[in-house]
Amino acid sequence: MGYVAIKGGEKAIDGAADALEALRGGGQPSGPDPLSLDAIEHQLRLLTSRIMSEGGLYHPKLAALAIKQMQGDTLEAGFALRAYRSTRPRLLETPPQDTGQMRLIRRISSAFKDIPGGQMLGPTHDYALRLMRFELAEESPEPFRQMAAQFLQNAPTDTLPDSFPKVLDALRKEGLLPPKPVHRNPAFDITRDPLIFPVSRSAALATMARAETGSMLAIAYSNMRGYGDVHPTVAELRVGYLPVMLPHPVTGELTEAGEVLMTECEVIAMYEPDDTDTGKDAAPEFTLGYGACFGHNETKAISMAILDRALQKGMRDGPANASEDPEFVLMHIDGVDSMGFANHYKMPHYVTFQSDMDRLRATRSKHQERRQDQQEVSHESEL
Amino acid sequence: MNPNYKLPGAQDSYSFGFLDEFAKREIRRVILKAISIPGYQTPYASREMPMGRGFGTGGLQLTLAMIGPDDTLKVIDQGSDDSVNAVNLRKFAELTCPGVSTTESTAGASLIQTRHRVPETALREDQVLNLQVPYPDPLVIVEPSEARRKVMHGEGDYARLLTKLYEDLVQFDEITISHRYPTRINGHYVIDPSPIPRYDVPRLHHAKALMLFGAGREKKIYAVPPYTDAEPLVFDDIPFRTENFNTSDGKRRACARCGATDSFLDELNLEEGGKAWQCSDTDYCNRQLAGANAREVTP
Repeated sequence: MGYVAIKGGEKAIDGAADALEALRGGGQPSGPDPLSLDAIEHQLRLLTSRIMSEGGLYHPKLAALAIKQMQGDTLEAGFALRAYRSTRPRLLETPPQDTGQMRLIRRISSAFKDIPGGQMLGPTHDYALRLMRFELAEESPEPFRQMAAQFLQNAPTDTLPDSFPKVLDALRKEGLLPPKPVHRNPAFDITRDPLIFPVSRSAALATMARAETGSMLAIAYSNMRGYGDVHPTVAELRVGYLPVMLPHPVTGELTEAGEVLMTECEVIAMYEPDDTDTGKDAAPEFTLGYGACFGHNETKAISMAILDRALQKGMRDGPANASEDPEFVLMHIDGVDSMGFANHYKMPHYVTFQSDMDRLRATRSKHQERRQDQQEVSHESEL
Repeated sequence: MNPNYKLPGAQDSYSFGFLDEFAKREIRRVILKAISIPGYQTPYASREMPMGRGFGTGGLQLTLAMIGPDDTLKVIDQGSDDSVNAVNLRKFAELTCPGVSTTESTAGASLIQTRHRVPETALREDQVLNLQVPYPDPLVIVEPSEARRKVMHGEGDYARLLTKLYEDLVQFDEITISHRYPTRINGHYVIDPSPIPRYDVPRLHHAKALMLFGAGREKKIYAVPPYTDAEPLVFDDIPFRTENFNTSDGKRRACARCGATDSFLDELNLEEGGKAWQCSDTDYCNRQLAGANAREVTP
């Protein structure tokens, strides 16, 4: 009787790595130049944004490298960044940052026609016609390099303020919104503590901030379509550079350590009968949902804001829909977890499948015995 | 970003054991807690590792948090040292733990990381077995919510699990759980012993070695300490049954390679048609083979 060789795994892995690398090379000796990290970071800026946010690490250069190395697979690239991050110690706790200080490249409100500071459409595809621009297929480098310079030349720089007031602040002044929550507890760090349900809103927000965009969109969309009842209005969506304020190592004074590109979304939802913590006698107020993530990723920030609002309801009243169930939402939106597990099914499962076959064979033979018994019984009764 | 910033060079290596020291310390603390409460799924933060969630990141974090330069590591997957995933994990340990030796010998290892098998060779008191776990909770087949499962574990409420076993008997005359067989530890917590076959479950009972279970994606660590009760969940009148490797006339099949009749066998479909049966534990198979050869040579 024959048998199967028990060696070869190592060689197979090496071969797979070579094949993967060959395809990264484009296949032809006369093929294009290798992608520069600079080109990825700037020309694929939304992809870089997505990877930084899902990787949970603000590092445009490493995000670009991850995209290049993983040949454009967003899940793999976010994963590589996350794995790099787990080798870094946590040096200090960031105090709450004031997004009112963001240097904006875009801010809109769909709640009010005019807002203090004005609407600023900025770089968006929202009103672009999704027609193929065939001229980009063969683009000459010279005009391409001039585009940004020309845009800046024509832009009125002196009329732009450094920061804009937040739309919500105006509503708060009118008393239509609950006051800003007071932070009694330090923020929940999902990289240092596991989620044990019930979890705080802080833990939920942190989990969503590094969630996979598509996963979060899918669950938020279920709420929008009717498996939920948030009906949000975007009070403000802003994209810009947030100055990161950290305590000075010597004086302890908050000092600007750098800046991160962020997208922030605040949605207002309708009030509900007893929607306040202050009791049933309190005056009705609008309710809020909050979303924020690294980079420029509006779909993600909006999805997060809607889910934050849905989860707050679920945490208070018990979930009536999947999107209001903290465990359902928070355990299924992480790209590293979900893609890893989906892909692990490709690994050998010889032993467990052997066990499965053993159970099926045993069950089938029991089944056959039972049928034979039944046939004998019915045969006897016929006689 | 600072225009003068340079990415780290390719030669800049990672710290010993890949994880930062805070992470290792946390995992060690959680291991101690898990040993103190046998079978309890101890939550921990679980770092992202550079291999997929589901590829053994939980077992690997256990290994990397415990391993020192004096250790000898063995990594197996499906019982085999040369399975693709075992090779990958072993290479990673060699890369990030300079000074650590690796081995394919069960007896020669101080630390064994495994997926889906407990080695055929009985383990000793000075050895630790780290099992990779995809689903840490045996109650997941009857209750999807982790919050509710936690309460059930605390109350020792395994009624729905027993009902599932009973329903199997009513419908199929057999308990249909093939692997990951629910096993009660130290008379209280019921664990998912990871996807080991039923064949390996009795090896948990009063084992000499410490057995640790790491679920990276689900962020749990649990333990079966040495000399601890580990009893598969069954009924008084229904015995626990392991995989059957007998032929239709009741004869125990032997490994086609080494001839052993006391090991868990892989069923192979041969290219020339027909089937062969072979040890899943390759170290055990090699040792049986070497023993048989030695016997042939010596008169």
